[in-house]
Amino acid sequence: MTPVATPFFFYLFAAIMLIGGILVITRRNPVHSALALIVALLAQASIYLMLYAPFVAGVQVILYAGGIMVLFLFVIMLVSIERSMKERQFNSQWVAGSIAAVALGGLFIAVYAKGEKIFPHHAMRITPDELLNTQGVATMLYGQYMFAFEIASLLLLVAIIGAVVMAKKRI
Amino acid sequence: MHAIIDYISSYLTSEKTPGAAGNMFWVLVYIMLVFAGLSVAVIAMNWLERKILAHMQVRLGPMRVGPHGLLQPIADAIKLLLKEDIMPAEADGFVFWMAPLLVVLSAFTVFVVVPFGPTHAITDMNIGILFMLGVSSLSVLGIVMAGWASNSHYPLMGALRSSAQMVSYEIAMGLAVVSVILVTSLHGAGLYGVGGAGAGDGTLSMIGIVRAQQEQGVWFIFKFFPLGLIAFFIFAVSMVAETNRAPFDLAEAESELTAGFHTEYSGFRWSLFFLAEYSAMIAVSSIAVTLWLGGWLRPFPNLLNGDTWDQAFSFIPGITFLFFAAICFYNAVRMPKHPLFRVQTIGLFGFGVVLGLIGLILFIPAVSIRVQDIFWFAAKVSGFMYVYIWFRGTFPRYRFDQLMQLGWKVLLPMGLGVLILTAIFGLWPSIQQLIQRLI
Repeated sequence: MTPVATPFFFYLFAAIMLIGGILVITRRNPVHSALALIVALLAQASIYLMLYAPFVAGVQVILYAGGIMVLFLFVIMLVSIERSMKERQFNSQWVAGSIAAVALGGLFIAVYAKGEKIFPHHAMRITPDELLNTQGVATMLYGQYMFAFEIASLLLLVAIIGAVVMAKKRI
Repeated sequence: MHAIIDYISSYLTSEKTPGAAGNMFWVLVYIMLVFAGLSVAVIAMNWLERKILAHMQVRLGPMRVGPHGLLQPIADAIKLLLKEDIMPAEADGFVFWMAPLLVVLSAFTVFVVVPFGPTHAITDMNIGILFMLGVSSLSVLGIVMAGWASNSHYPLMGALRSSAQMVSYEIAMGLAVVSVILVTSLHGAGLYGVGGAGAGDGTLSMIGIVRAQQEQGVWFIFKFFPLGLIAFFIFAVSMVAETNRAPFDLAEAESELTAGFHTEYSGFRWSLFFLAEYSAMIAVSSIAVTLWLGGWLRPFPNLLNGDTWDQAFSFIPGITFLFFAAICFYNAVRMPKHPLFRVQTIGLFGFGVVLGLIGLILFIPAVSIRVQDIFWFAAKVSGFMYVYIWFRGTFPRYRFDQLMQLGWKVLLPMGLGVLILTAIFGLWPSIQQLIQRLI
């Protein structure tokens, strides 16, 4: 079977993602911004698919597009559109923003150029076999990286309890 | 020319789904078949829902268009297509236009991985069930968009309700699904010791899940009794809430919100919402059938095995259709003998002949072997569809706080408990050894 991960699809999804990202910050209407963000996130899921990581792509769709963005929209829908349309769209922190963007870009270029030396070899790829991707992720998370995984889940639990404490006035 | 015919016929000998075989022609054929079948199922469901609800309420239901109202859905479809398409002046045009499209897209895309048989699926994915849950969760976005873009109070309230409801029930649903995925890795040797030996790799693929049930020799609803049954119950409740159907249809509660998120929609756009709702119902029912009720497997595949039983069960599809044909003939005979009813009598008789012919074709061994998987799958799904109508006919609508309470305080803890108990039951021999070593 011929692979679908051709350059054409990479450029297509990358372009969709970039356009979506630009629309997020240029649209005046916050709901339109959120919808553009959903488009960008879905294009990102397709790029994960092209990297032969179907599990990550599926989780991306469920969590980001289907879960988090619904909650975003839930809040934004209740905001008065007229008032937010009149607000100034960009604040004056563009110097700090562009410095951060350049730094991130430099980091990406460094990883691209010297990634093979920086990262340990086994972390480069989980399994090239698309058909065993989910099983591969599972064995790694619950085998090799069990401790890190449990620490991360503990952190999430603390965040959940913190959110409940902050939201509820009387417990 | 020969190359094309070879390409088309090469699939027929391979025992794979068209997607796995990578044969574009058959992929397209299967997509069309699934789409057509789904549309017919929605039309049939429309008629059946009205008729069954009417009979539950001691009414006749549609009787005028066609014999026993059989042509009523078609008349309705024509009415909806001819209706004026109204967009509110203050609506957000693009989002208003996009919302029904997104809902229909997500409702139909899900069927890419539904396994109607070991080879009768458009394709099989490693992340099958994850794909189904993910894509069907996108339909919430469409509902939220519809409610917001209408720029009106009732739709906004309906969209808020339905998004809160769907996001909450997705969690309980996910936990029930996770416990099944856990069970696919437990090849027996558990507390009841069914099936083979030891725990291995599980699977998320829809075909893989049904094959796991075949290998373990038990439908997952009966696995680790009563845990499978409880997980199935959690899923069955949350799937009704996910599809916004009675008794959880608060998003479109007529008495409070007119029609909820689609109040401002009319004509063809409204019919898209209708189509999406019914195909989403079929989609979640097919998830339930695949995960708990053995998918395409016939009843008692292990208990009543052997050639004789295989032969006996292969007659059932044909007999079912002949039974439907017999009902049609019986009712055609019972039609009033007035000349005004002559057309309807002939129509009903013709319908019976068509059903009978389908039944006779299903008796041909070559056909029945290929089609009986689809028949069993469809029969199980239609059982679920009947339960949906039954719910609508019998349960009063929940209040919103009751709905949230049920989701978060009952189903979610139950799901967590079932998940933990399933893990304990499945690894029982190892746990037993551990306890013995400690004592």
